Amino acid sequence: MELLQGKKILVTGVLTDDSLAYSVAKLAMENGASIMLTGAGRGLSLTRRTARRLGGDVEVAELDVTEQEQAAEVAKLVTSKWGSLDGILHAIGFAPQECLGNGMLQAGWDEVSIALNVSAYSLKSLVEPFIPLMEKAGGGSVVGLDFDATVAWPSYDWMGVAKAALESLSRYLARELGPKGIRVNMVAAGPIRTMAAKSIPGFADFKAVWDSRSPLGWDDRDPLPVAKACIALFSDLFPMTTGEILHVDGGVHAVGA
Amino acid sequence: MDHAEAFEKFKTCTVEVLQVSPEQVTMSARFSDDLDADSLDLVELVMALEEAFDISVDESELEGVETIEQAFVLVQAKLG
Ligand SMILES: NC(=O)c1ccc[n+]([C@@H]2O[C@H](COP(=O)([O-])OP(=O)(O)OC[C@H]3O[C@@H](n4cnc5c(N)ncnc54)[C@H](O)[C@@H]3O)[C@@H](O)[C@H]2O)c1
Repeated sequence: MELLQGKKILVTGVLTDDSLAYSVAKLAMENGASIMLTGAGRGLSLTRRTARRLGGDVEVAELDVTEQEQAAEVAKLVTSKWGSLDGILHAIGFAPQECLGNGMLQAGWDEVSIALNVSAYSLKSLVEPFIPLMEKAGGGSVVGLDFDATVAWPSYDWMGVAKAALESLSRYLARELGPKGIRVNMVAAGPIRTMAAKSIPGFADFKAVWDSRSPLGWDDRDPLPVAKACIALFSDLFPMTTGEILHVDGGVHAVGA
Repeated sequence: MDHAEAFEKFKTCTVEVLQVSPEQVTMSARFSDDLDADSLDLVELVMALEEAFDISVDESELEGVETIEQAFVLVQAKLG
């Protein structure tokens, strides 16, 4: 079944073929979607290289979410290429080293503000220029990648605070964009080995938690369950779901120990 | 492909990805200290080498690889 036949989707966050966004892009293409990737700053050349592994001449545009005019440029590109847009994947997270694994007291606002800007506020700066394009498509689906922010994790520190802000922002955007037919949902993923994950000093602790607690088990090298959930949210199968956090974590969020 | 030919190809990839001069790509050069490469650069270099030599390198094989020589030996071993 081609769940995304004819849909046009903008996919951020593809860095390597380990990126969660890579699996989403691949599965979206397999399901009939046309996709465009974006890459940022130093990672852009890596994104271009990785895009070639997807096959099918996937276009890569430059989009650093901290540079507002870049998103506007990509919106222009999408306008001329497709004329409308059905979905956006937000797969963007970054925090300076001081924000991870040092507790909450060491990082100052200079560092924290970068984490919040790139990892949370970016949902707004990314989506904004594409709203008219999704309206043209008769509505759209924005999907963001989240790590359950209802509790405090070891080492995740300010990134956890950023994820809490991202979750909240997704609800506010869902409220505001719902009348335009635009849905905004999060997929809260369990830990998967990616470049971003390797920069978290306590990643091994997460794995141990998942190994011991997940009712369904958990393979931190298998991004496919996360990608499938994203595809479902981009498809027409969740037409009345917005402001939701869909957990793809083997069930860890539901159990106490 | 003989040794020299393979090293030329290896060098071309390294020069392109790390944006260093060919003279810097010596056997003893260290990625971090001499070639100023960080983890993103190294991931990209591995991808470029995989494409150029049509090989596949697992992340675990890269542990402890710090010099050009170590990386080249790894590539050569894959070429058989
Ligand atoms: N890997 C996990 O365990 C896990 C779990 C839950 C949620 N997530 C989330 O998934 C998302 C994708 O991460 P990943 O794990 O695939 O790692 P990744 O390193 O492959 O991807 C992170 C991406 O963020 C992008 N990025 C960083 N700064 C940017 C900026 N200024 N502008 C635009 N893009 C920028 C990078 O280019 C990169 O593509 C992140 O939001 C991450 O928090 C990951």
